Amino acid sequence: MADTTLDPSAIAASEPYGPRPRAVFSPRNIFLYGTLIVVAVYYLLPLYVMVVTSLKGMPEIRLGNIFSPPMEITFEPWVKAWATACTGLNCDGLSRGFWNSVRITVPSVILSIAIASVNGYALANWRFKGADIFFTILIVGAFIPYQVMIYPIVIMLREIGLYGNLWGLVIVHSIFGMPILTLLFRNYFTSVPEELFKAARVDGAGFWAIYLKIMLPMSLPIFVVAIILQVTGIWNDFLFGVVYTRPDTYPMTVQLNNIVNSVQGVKEYNVNMAATILTGLVPLIVYFVSGKLFVRGIAAGAVKG
Amino acid sequence: MSETDTKRPSQLFRNLSAKIASVPMILTAVFVFVGGTAWTIFYSFTNSKLLPRLNFVGIDQYERLWAAPRWQVAIENLAIYGVFSLVFSLVIGFLLAAMLDQKIRFEDTFRTIFLYPFALSFIVTGLVWQWLLNPDFGVQAVVRSLGWTGFDFNPLYNAQIVIYGILIAALWQGTGLIMCLMLAGLRGIDEDIWKAARVDGIPTWKTYLFIIIPMMRPVFITTLVIIAAGIVKVYDLVVAQTSGGPGIASEVPAKYVYDYMFHAQNLGQGFAASTMMLVTVIIVVVPWAYLEFGRRQRG
Repeated sequence: MADTTLDPSAIAASEPYGPRPRAVFSPRNIFLYGTLIVVAVYYLLPLYVMVVTSLKGMPEIRLGNIFSPPMEITFEPWVKAWATACTGLNCDGLSRGFWNSVRITVPSVILSIAIASVNGYALANWRFKGADIFFTILIVGAFIPYQVMIYPIVIMLREIGLYGNLWGLVIVHSIFGMPILTLLFRNYFTSVPEELFKAARVDGAGFWAIYLKIMLPMSLPIFVVAIILQVTGIWNDFLFGVVYTRPDTYPMTVQLNNIVNSVQGVKEYNVNMAATILTGLVPLIVYFVSGKLFVRGIAAGAVKG
Repeated sequence: MSETDTKRPSQLFRNLSAKIASVPMILTAVFVFVGGTAWTIFYSFTNSKLLPRLNFVGIDQYERLWAAPRWQVAIENLAIYGVFSLVFSLVIGFLLAAMLDQKIRFEDTFRTIFLYPFALSFIVTGLVWQWLLNPDFGVQAVVRSLGWTGFDFNPLYNAQIVIYGILIAALWQGTGLIMCLMLAGLRGIDEDIWKAARVDGIPTWKTYLFIIIPMMRPVFITTLVIIAAGIVKVYDLVVAQTSGGPGIASEVPAKYVYDYMFHAQNLGQGFAASTMMLVTVIIVVVPWAYLEFGRRQRG
């Protein structure tokens, strides 16, 4: 900003958000927008290359350059990636992984949010002795590397007969989603006016009645944020998927990695890229549809404590 | 559920519904977070192989761990990756946020573009960049075909620089988040500060450097902890992009732990390595928690 020598009275007269007239093609604007556009192109390039590669045939990929648009658009790689790509174990494509991921994500999202919201509600409105100790452990625990807890959980799941089972993975996602979600809901419910809660108590409503009839309807936005956070987080998970499931129940990310990085056969880059887009599609759709809520969700997910 | 404050049947049954609702949290906190961690640390002093066994060998596993070339490479990679991703994420994230904060048009569009990679998993990120950095078809081949035949940019197959290839992908994926956090921090700064700086004739860059950034200290510290926590966890990205190769050149601690626990059937090594990861996190998090706690006490 070159206007540093402005007369103080002129600044005092201007409103905080009043638009100041500016030359559209000032050097400052050219530099600013130029840089932003270059950076934006850089960020978009991988997505563009993914899409373009997935629409080319293999001969064209071998000859051409990865940035050039396809001369002949083909959807064959997409069909192959979905239905017949091989992982080394089976050849029914990513569809198996997709449905596994759906079967993992849906119950995990529901269970983890149900547990964490009730939990946050109890912590905000129904404190009992010792609750804060467990909550502190939970928040501190969020910083422990997963690798430290992986094996004890394998043993626990084996004891209850859920190791290698989709439901075992659902429990694992609920456990590791708990710290951040509980924090999210606790903070939200704490901000709900206490009079409301007290009035319901006077009317004789109990723990569950207040939760279902007052808190739940009031807090839909925070539920949406939690759903966004969990859907993207669980869909994108790799580590838990690879540890707690068997090859026939692998989630999509694990299967994708097995398809692309399998050593046998000729590398089909177009099929690989189509498979990669397919796996990234669910979180991308969530991202573009949810817009600002996604930002809120990840900000909440990122800012622990 | 109809208990009132005047008659208390028993301490244990008071507030019973809340206690029942908290059972999952209590189980998780006690058995997984405390119990699981203690269990792993405990068994890291045994020579467990395929199955956990209580055969204590003292600090044998740790001695073997630190003598292993693979672990040394992993730690070195983590250090390089950690330092560079901290510095670059903070610098790029802050610069992007500062540019978006100039009351520009299309701010939402730019923010959407910078942030979308964060919605993608590390597996997807790693595979895309594996393709972009492919020496035969990727960036190197394209630049060479433009006439610059001596152009050499092949990080994924060069043991010396492979970790930087992973860093490029990680920065692409993660800087959007840092930008968002920084932008929130910038928006939290009082407009009057800017006015005062302008009245005093302080150049914009000096205002940022000496006034705004010091004011954003809490945001920077939080961001630092977030980045650091992510650095220690780095695993999927390496698996997807290089599988630890070429050779062992891009190994990271998280991958070492997984491989020893589930492939090499050497649980004791895995437990020792994961305990070392925990120690790394403690070194980062404890000073931060101390700072946070100190600040709250003062305020």
